[in-house]
Amino acid sequence: MSERYSRQELFTPIGVDGQAKIRSKHVLIIGAGALGTGSAEGLVRAGVGKLTLVDRDYVEWSNLQRQQLYSEADATNRIPKAVAAKKRLEDINSDAEIESHVMDVSVEEMEQLVNNVDLVVDATDNFDIRMIINDISQKHNVPWVYGACVGSYGISYTIIPNKTPCLACLLESVPIGGLTCDTAGIISPAVQMVVAYQVTEALKILVEDYESLRSKLVSFDLWKNQQTGINVDKMKKINCLSCGDDRTYPNLAFSKRTKTAVLCGRDTVQIRTPNPIERDLDKLASILSQQGKVSQNPYLLSFTKGRHRLVMFKDGRVLIHGTKDIAEAKTLYHRYLG
Amino acid sequence: MELVINGDKVEVPSTVETVTNLLQNFEVDQKVVIVELNGTILEKKSHQESRLSDGDRIELVHFVGGG
Ligand SMILES: [Zn+2]
Repeated sequence: MSERYSRQELFTPIGVDGQAKIRSKHVLIIGAGALGTGSAEGLVRAGVGKLTLVDRDYVEWSNLQRQQLYSEADATNRIPKAVAAKKRLEDINSDAEIESHVMDVSVEEMEQLVNNVDLVVDATDNFDIRMIINDISQKHNVPWVYGACVGSYGISYTIIPNKTPCLACLLESVPIGGLTCDTAGIISPAVQMVVAYQVTEALKILVEDYESLRSKLVSFDLWKNQQTGINVDKMKKINCLSCGDDRTYPNLAFSKRTKTAVLCGRDTVQIRTPNPIERDLDKLASILSQQGKVSQNPYLLSFTKGRHRLVMFKDGRVLIHGTKDIAEAKTLYHRYLG
Repeated sequence: MELVINGDKVEVPSTVETVTNLLQNFEVDQKVVIVELNGTILEKKSHQESRLSDGDRIELVHFVGGG
C-alpha cells in the first residue's frame, strides 16, 4: 500500500506531508454526471480520506460516452448514479471512505452535507444549485470549484471565501436557458479538461498550497483551439449580498427553493414532494401495473404510458420523461400518484 | 477591422463598432459573459459605450451550465 501514492509523493509540491493532508480531508462533490465522475475518480485515486457524492439521477445509455464510472449494466438496470459510482470508487480505492446519496440537493440538503467538509466540487448542470452552493460556501467558509462544459467548450473558477470574488460577484444575473449538453452535445475531452482544472485546484486546496491557486477565470474551446483566462480579482464587490460586508445569502432564502426543475437537455421534468416522504415502491408497482408497463429495481420504479415515462424514487421524487412542460408534468404526476 | 480575440486575430465586419455590437455579432448574451478590453475588465453597463478600434485585444469568457 505504501507504493500506492509514491509517484504523487515524489511530486515536490505535494510530497509525503501533502499526501498525509490529502488523506485527512473530506471533499463533497455535487453531481455524479460527467464532471462528477471524473473528479470523483481523480480524487479517490489521489487518496482523499473521505468523499461524499450526491446525485438525483440514474444511469442511462446516453451517459456512457463520457461518464467514466458507469457500465452498460448500470444503464440497463437504471442504477442510481450515486449507487453505481460508490461501488466503482470502492473497487478503485478501498482505502477511501465513500459516502453517497441518491438525493436532489437544495438548500436544506446542502446545509447538512457541508458539515465537516474541506472543499466542495461543483459538478452540477444548472445555476440554481450553483448559486446555493455559492452562498453555502460563503456562510460556512468552505471553498468551492466551479466547473462547466458544453460542446467542446469548458470553464472553471476557484472560489475562496474572504479572498476571491464569489460567483454572484461575477454574474449580475443567473444565466437561464442557453446551450446545454442535451441541445449542443458534449465531447468527453472537454469534460476531461474541466476535470483536470478542478481536480488540480482541489489538490492545491487539500495540501493547503493556497499560493499556487489559479486566480484566473479560465475557459477553453478544444475544437476551436482557443484558451483564455481573465484575472477577475477586481470584480469582488463589497456590497455583494452573498460575500460582501452586509451579506444576506439571498440564494438560501425560502423563495429560491424550487420544487420542480427541467433537467438539462433531457426532455424531462423533476417533481419533488414539499416534504420528504418514503415511497412504497412495491405497492405503487402493483397499482400502476394495471395502467401501463412497469419495471423496478431496489431504488426506483419506472412506469411507461404512451409517450411518457414516470420514474419514481424512494425519496419521493419523480422524473417525468417525454415533456419539458412543467404544467403537463404536474398533471401526469397527479394523475398517477394522487 | 482586425481584433485579437482570445489570442486569435479576427476580422470583424465594419458594423461592429462597440463591445455590444461585438457580442451581438458572436451571438453571446451579454449577461453571461465577462469582457476584458486591452487588459481591463469592462462593467456590463459600459459595453454599449465601449468603442473598438483596430488591433484591440479582447478576452471573452462566457458562462455555461452543463456538467
Ligand atoms: Zn460576492
